Amino acid sequence: MSEAIKEKSMLLQKDMISRNYEAITSKHETGRKVASTFVPGNLNELLMCFDIVNNLPEINAIQNGMRKVSGNYILEAEKHGHSEDVCTYVKADIGMMGKGNIAPNGKPFPNPDVLLLSYTGCYTFMKWFELLREQYKCPTLMLHVPYEGDGHSTKNMRDYIVKQLKEVVIPGLEQVSGVKFDIDRLRQYLKNSAKAEDGLVWCLEQGKIKPSPIDAYFGGVYYIGPMFTAFRGTPESIVYYEELMKEVQARIDNKLGPVTPDGTPFNDQKYRLVVEGPPNWTNFREFWKMFYDEGAVVVASSYTKVGGMYDLGFRHDPDHPLETLADYCLGCYTNRNLPTRVDILAKYVEEYEADGLLINSIKSCNSFSAGQLMIMKEVEKRTGKPGAFIESDLVDPRYFSAANIKNRLESYFQMIEQKRRGTGKAA
Amino acid sequence: MRCFIGIDLGSTTTKAVVMDENTQLLGRGITNSRSNYDTAAAVSKQEALIDTRLTLFRRGLSAVPEVSGKVDSILADLERNFRHVQFLEQLDDLEQTCVRNVKGPRYVGKETGVNTALAEVFKQLRQSSHALFQPGARRKSDFFRDLAGSDFMQFGEPVARDAGLPFDLLVNVYDKSIIEVENRPPAGDMEGKFLRALEKASGSGDIDSASVVKPVKDALAIPLEETYVVGTGYGRVRLPFPKEHIRSEILCHGLGAHMMYPDTRTVLDIGGQDTKGIQVDPQGIVENFQMNDRCAAGCGRYLGYIADEMNMGLHELGPLAMKSNKTVRINSTCTVFAGAELRDRLALGEKREDILAGLHRSIILRAMSILSRAGGVKDQFTFTGGVAKNEAAVRELRKLIKENYGDVTININPDSIYTGALGGATFAVRAVVN
Amino acid sequence: MSSTAEIMARCQGLFEDLNYSDARAWKAKVPGRKVVGFLPVYVPLEMVHAAGCLPLGIFGGGDQLEVIHGDAYYQSYICRIPRSTIELGVTGRLDFVDGMLFPFVCDVIRNLSGIWKMMFPNVWTKFFDTPQNFDSSIGGTYYVHELQELREGLENLTGRKITDDDLRRSIKLYNENRRLIREVYAFRAREPWRAPTSEVYVIMRAGLMMEVEEHNQILRDYMDAAAREDRPQRDNVRVAIYGSFCEQPPLNLIKSVEMAGCYVVDDDYSLVNRFLTEDVPTDGDPLAALAETYLKHSVETSCKYVPKEEDKGKFHVESVRKSGAEGVIYATPSFCDPALLDRPMIAHRLTEAGIPHINFKYAENSGQMQPIREQAGTFADSLKLWS
Repeated sequence: MSEAIKEKSMLLQKDMISRNYEAITSKHETGRKVASTFVPGNLNELLMCFDIVNNLPEINAIQNGMRKVSGNYILEAEKHGHSEDVCTYVKADIGMMGKGNIAPNGKPFPNPDVLLLSYTGCYTFMKWFELLREQYKCPTLMLHVPYEGDGHSTKNMRDYIVKQLKEVVIPGLEQVSGVKFDIDRLRQYLKNSAKAEDGLVWCLEQGKIKPSPIDAYFGGVYYIGPMFTAFRGTPESIVYYEELMKEVQARIDNKLGPVTPDGTPFNDQKYRLVVEGPPNWTNFREFWKMFYDEGAVVVASSYTKVGGMYDLGFRHDPDHPLETLADYCLGCYTNRNLPTRVDILAKYVEEYEADGLLINSIKSCNSFSAGQLMIMKEVEKRTGKPGAFIESDLVDPRYFSAANIKNRLESYFQMIEQKRRGTGKAA
Repeated sequence: MRCFIGIDLGSTTTKAVVMDENTQLLGRGITNSRSNYDTAAAVSKQEALIDTRLTLFRRGLSAVPEVSGKVDSILADLERNFRHVQFLEQLDDLEQTCVRNVKGPRYVGKETGVNTALAEVFKQLRQSSHALFQPGARRKSDFFRDLAGSDFMQFGEPVARDAGLPFDLLVNVYDKSIIEVENRPPAGDMEGKFLRALEKASGSGDIDSASVVKPVKDALAIPLEETYVVGTGYGRVRLPFPKEHIRSEILCHGLGAHMMYPDTRTVLDIGGQDTKGIQVDPQGIVENFQMNDRCAAGCGRYLGYIADEMNMGLHELGPLAMKSNKTVRINSTCTVFAGAELRDRLALGEKREDILAGLHRSIILRAMSILSRAGGVKDQFTFTGGVAKNEAAVRELRKLIKENYGDVTININPDSIYTGALGGATFAVRAVVN
Repeated sequence: MSSTAEIMARCQGLFEDLNYSDARAWKAKVPGRKVVGFLPVYVPLEMVHAAGCLPLGIFGGGDQLEVIHGDAYYQSYICRIPRSTIELGVTGRLDFVDGMLFPFVCDVIRNLSGIWKMMFPNVWTKFFDTPQNFDSSIGGTYYVHELQELREGLENLTGRKITDDDLRRSIKLYNENRRLIREVYAFRAREPWRAPTSEVYVIMRAGLMMEVEEHNQILRDYMDAAAREDRPQRDNVRVAIYGSFCEQPPLNLIKSVEMAGCYVVDDDYSLVNRFLTEDVPTDGDPLAALAETYLKHSVETSCKYVPKEEDKGKFHVESVRKSGAEGVIYATPSFCDPALLDRPMIAHRLTEAGIPHINFKYAENSGQMQPIREQAGTFADSLKLWS
């Protein structure tokens, strides 16, 4: 496959990512401390208050998936007693340690100074960091974010998180970093976050336009990059979203669709989809191509909400710094109960005028996947639009069957086409 | 006349259906899928067009009072002779190909001997072919490979022995050549072959008068125009068709079931590789579908493994299971575990028929889940695919449908193998006529 | 005085009954009574009891339930218990259950709580999230509030208040229940031939489907009867089984392990009424007492965070020592994230402690026992050789 064509915002992001990997791998030279943490419930602004560099094992697994090395790492982990049944992010991460722990910049990952176990929306996070802790024997700070089982957060949940931040997380980070916590510094970062969040939300909402100037899934994973990883709260992320907005606006002005990896704008949009579930990373471009080749654009997705549901109105609030972090963690997509997820997806189908909901069910990710068939049924019932179900995995290449997925996608698109033409004169 | 054709390129067989513009079925054809999908599509299409000619003959002859009551035997005669002409033509091709393939180090110095032996074998093959296409003769297969292959082996061995040649020299050249012949697009001139068949048949049996020859020649004179072809099935992307001529097999299956039984609302197809539950609207348009997930547990292939494990033929499983009156509960539809569970049950002293009954039930339970996932079973319900021919599976299905969905009409068509192609042909009509 | 056979007949009947006739009869006996179902692995049963409800353990469908509709909701890579639980629901077997509690086990059970809300909107359904912070002032404060919410939910369901005294009375009964269970476990560890696990297990499962008072009596009777009866001692090895806390193995699997030459002297089957390891204080605020006991005196299991790295697996090692087990069988349901992700860590700790261990996977409807017998038998033989 040829090198993917990149837009300016993508180049900006690429640069941000490589500088962050540089910061991580050079910690021994610079003396900076490194924390590992997760995308949902990512407390980047807080880490910044302690000058701690943020390393995200999920992102490393994605990088390894896209670079097609995750398969070997997974096998390595399975060789050491990890079950074939469990999350492949975890196994790709653990297998990478077994194979020298080399970062994407070719330098070895240093051991983290702290594991910030921000435990939001996914059970496996807890086990993952217990496993890493066993290896690194470093301080581990658990932030338990209760699940919104009844579809909303409660004062008790919020108080519990704030209390953990005050009494566990902040003192722990102070100890690791030697930096005293300064709440005004946090406020400043949160202000940056809110600004960048406005930009992200604006971009994602342009999926409502026809033709859509964005792809809210395959393109979406790039749009959310800085916000969901080590850059929320930084001035660079504000610059990134300003640039991204310009690009999207330019496409709107010229009635263009999103740019596909082969560099052409995808304008011939026949089907508009809402997608639920994470993408597959090992065959990301091939997977995307199956959609745009058939004329399918994704106008909204739930995956772009795993690191925060800003489109529902939440913004980091500098006036209530700790409470806002609590609210942020509680509101991430996978921390919401199933009826709420149905509400959100049905709303997307309607507001983004989609032809239906497509679920990419991920073997690794029970937090997303358990119950998706029910979600599909319910969204179909509410919207009257047909749903479709395909299966793959995050970073396990053994679980990506192109023929199988293609077959289902084609059937689905043709079914939409038939329905659209109406009965009787169908052809 | 305008012909609308649907071709279903499956993993083991390829099927074609020809329709007229009023969606009247004209002909059907089937062939093995081979490694060459283009040829499989061409062969099945030609077979369906041959069948179409026979339909046209029938239509022509039905207007002739003199042959009233004898049309079936006339057509059988004609087809038999046609098949013979076709067979001899393919034999010629095979012989020429064999001769061309007598080369390479193994044959150095033996070319003449091998060629002489080949000539003798083919002479015998031609002679024996008369018996093969005698009235009332039973052929174990209609595929050229099967017919020619076994006779070639039977005649070749003594011929090689008499000529003092190693038999495997002949086998080798045959193996190489049959693949070439099989993968060559079928020869044309179907009408010419029918005329020759007509001549051969004339003067014998029922075909002895102008009252037959004329309507047949008239029917042969009708040009069959391939107005629109739609391809479907697993191999559809390999078909040499423009994209708009390709439809997913789910859509074709739904529409095909609708064509067979217009009141169909739910379709279950259990094939070798997958299981599909499909809901269709009153026009046969798919409203919803579900397939087995990535894990192929409980598909037709599962029965294949069981048959191997029990050292039985696939078609013997159903009848044996029917003898059971105590179903053993089998929990694994996983093909990998099925063998282990089976041996475990046998070791516990369970009877083979009871275990088999359990295995059939477990396949149907799995299908019931897929149906449930696709939105349940609505009246009428049509069951297609290879497993629909298995009586034990059908028995369990009837039971479970009744328990879970009450009284539902269950349609099972003996020709359900053509469902996808039928849907494809209907799509072809709809593409042009509407 | 009942015999073990009589006790087992009663318990086996309850255990096998997928129509829950006993619980139905309990409910019908007094108008207005409510039944509250719960899944593994822990809910404070005393709270449900104090509300005047019957807490009913729902542990999937076992190996006797054919799952048709339940499979329609789950992909092949998800464990079996949520499928069979849905099957129980859609086939009307749980139509008398007024409330359902889904404890924090994993994302699958968590999401099942949402499915239940959508499928059965008339059932009071609650996801019960216990704290993963074990500091009294942090996790304790949170948990007291969660218990209060649970209390209010139950009050809402029944239309009557749960007083602190109601709760204390219930706590006493459940303290008694837990004490008796600990005694049964200790008895089995001492004389496993008198109390085989195939019996103890069924008694524990049945105990989660009946009134606690009856279960307490059964536990006493069973120990009496088992001590009286003469059962032959076999040359079996002593093993502990861990990893089986949520989806339960078929009874045949337990029997197969025993037949293969293993006495099971400790286990983590279904936990629930063994989750708290000490009495809950009956003086002071009962919610605070329940919370504090949960924080300070509960088992280590895969769905609970272990704050200190050095404590991981400590509970297992100590339980092995206490029960006198010679080895551990780590038996997990297929696709069980908590147990399978924990497996390497627990295995490391067991190895460090010099405790031999093996592992295998099962499903609640596993049919083939030959591999289980073979593995357990080989393990038993090797333990004998080592000792």
